[in-house]
Amino acid sequence: MAIKAVLSSADIDRALMRISHEIVEKNRGSDEILLLGIPTRGTYLAERIGIAMGKAMGKSSSEPIPVGTLDITLHRDDLRSKPPRALTPTRIPGESIDGKRVVLVDDVLYSGRTIRAALDALGELGRPALVQLAVLVDRGHRELPIRADYVGKNLPTSHDEVVRVSIAEVDGEDFVAIVGANQNE
Amino acid sequence: MSNRSDVLAPKLSRHLLTISDLSREGAIHILDTADELARVSDAPIKKLPTLRGRTVVNLFYEDSTRTRISFEAAAKRLSADVINFSAKGSSVSKGESLKDTALTLQSMGADAVILRHSASGAAHRLAQWTDGVVINAGDGTHEHPTQALLDAFTLRKHLKGALGEDLSGVRIAIVGDILHSRVARSNVLLLSLLGAHITLVAPPTLLPVGVHDWPVEISYDFDEAIGECDAVMMLRLQMERMKSAFFPSAREYSRLYGLDRERMKKSKKNPLILHPGPINRGLEISADCADDVDSVILEQVANGVSVRMAVLYLLLGGSHE
Repeated sequence: MAIKAVLSSADIDRALMRISHEIVEKNRGSDEILLLGIPTRGTYLAERIGIAMGKAMGKSSSEPIPVGTLDITLHRDDLRSKPPRALTPTRIPGESIDGKRVVLVDDVLYSGRTIRAALDALGELGRPALVQLAVLVDRGHRELPIRADYVGKNLPTSHDEVVRVSIAEVDGEDFVAIVGANQNE
Repeated sequence: MSNRSDVLAPKLSRHLLTISDLSREGAIHILDTADELARVSDAPIKKLPTLRGRTVVNLFYEDSTRTRISFEAAAKRLSADVINFSAKGSSVSKGESLKDTALTLQSMGADAVILRHSASGAAHRLAQWTDGVVINAGDGTHEHPTQALLDAFTLRKHLKGALGEDLSGVRIAIVGDILHSRVARSNVLLLSLLGAHITLVAPPTLLPVGVHDWPVEISYDFDEAIGECDAVMMLRLQMERMKSAFFPSAREYSRLYGLDRERMKKSKKNPLILHPGPINRGLEISADCADDVDSVILEQVANGVSVRMAVLYLLLGGSHE
């Protein structure tokens, strides 16, 4: 079955670098930014963006951009359709998210249901000043009124294709590919 | 969301009736899940939508404070509806059997039944009669699996710390009325499954027949046994189940098998003090030991809620088809 690579390792680096600069620009270099990655791959993307943002803002390594991770499993709307899922850790740096400018980071934006669950999970933790969304790939087909503030790559796809994001920390190498119809990983 | 890579939890059996149904991997996964869910108890809003629309029945034929309230709090934090049933004041006093009561509850749409009963094996019987999930919250002198899980959780948190770890290398003394204790039976199974070294300390009259086949060491001398252990788990003397004389006097029992300051001095490691509650102060444990800094008795209660949330989530939080 056809696998079509759409982003190389260098493309991913450039996309994340641009997103980092956009976040800094849009938030005017605010100190209140908090990056929260959605496991598994969003967590690592958030860490990379945090490092790039630190460089863009000229921060010293002693005060890096706070990066955390937000598990959404318990807020999913499709829990009953599959056997129980394993929980992944939630780590919130600092005291709380109250008053912070939270940027959610995920690998692929598709139906929007994951982000809806993430917004619910955030509501349980506190009241951020605002919430923004950064994704590496937006593949369309939204099922909810949700859009990303920062997009690495808009990728028009059909429903029966699968977008595969591979990143070094989890999968050993960086690339994004479209896997042909009816093929799961 | 449909093509997110989902990490499924290790498969557990449909019910939680006995620790012997658990694999080592499954047990560690319950503890890890409880660790994540403990976070909810610290959050400003102690509520998750996960079990919305599920109904959980607390079916209690024996008195209980901790276990019932703990299960109720756990179910409510996961947004399940909770129905509390206690045999007192119900049709049980008119002679209704366990089976008929269970079938009645099932017709009312119970997704899970949490059963406490004075007869050993009651939860097993119930699981054969109902379609829902059955969780054993103590059956006679047989087992009390969620108590063992919360004890293991508390021990791991203090003596090991990290997610994914077991209890290998940890030495635990379980002291007192082993004969009547379902807590001891579940703990022996679970702690040995997790690699802990267990010493049972009790007068010979309070040890069950066949105890020499258990994966434990036996001691009749608490002073000697306390020396090397990392934790002591004191058990309540279950006077309500004692139908004959098991020891000459309460004072003698307390002197030989009770935990007090003097005896704590004989230990080399400042062991953690656990007790499943309710405590008989001055009998199996002195008041100053129960309130000691090394005592984690109240923490066990708090951890009980997290562990029971984990069990409810893993048994009810997905489809099992």
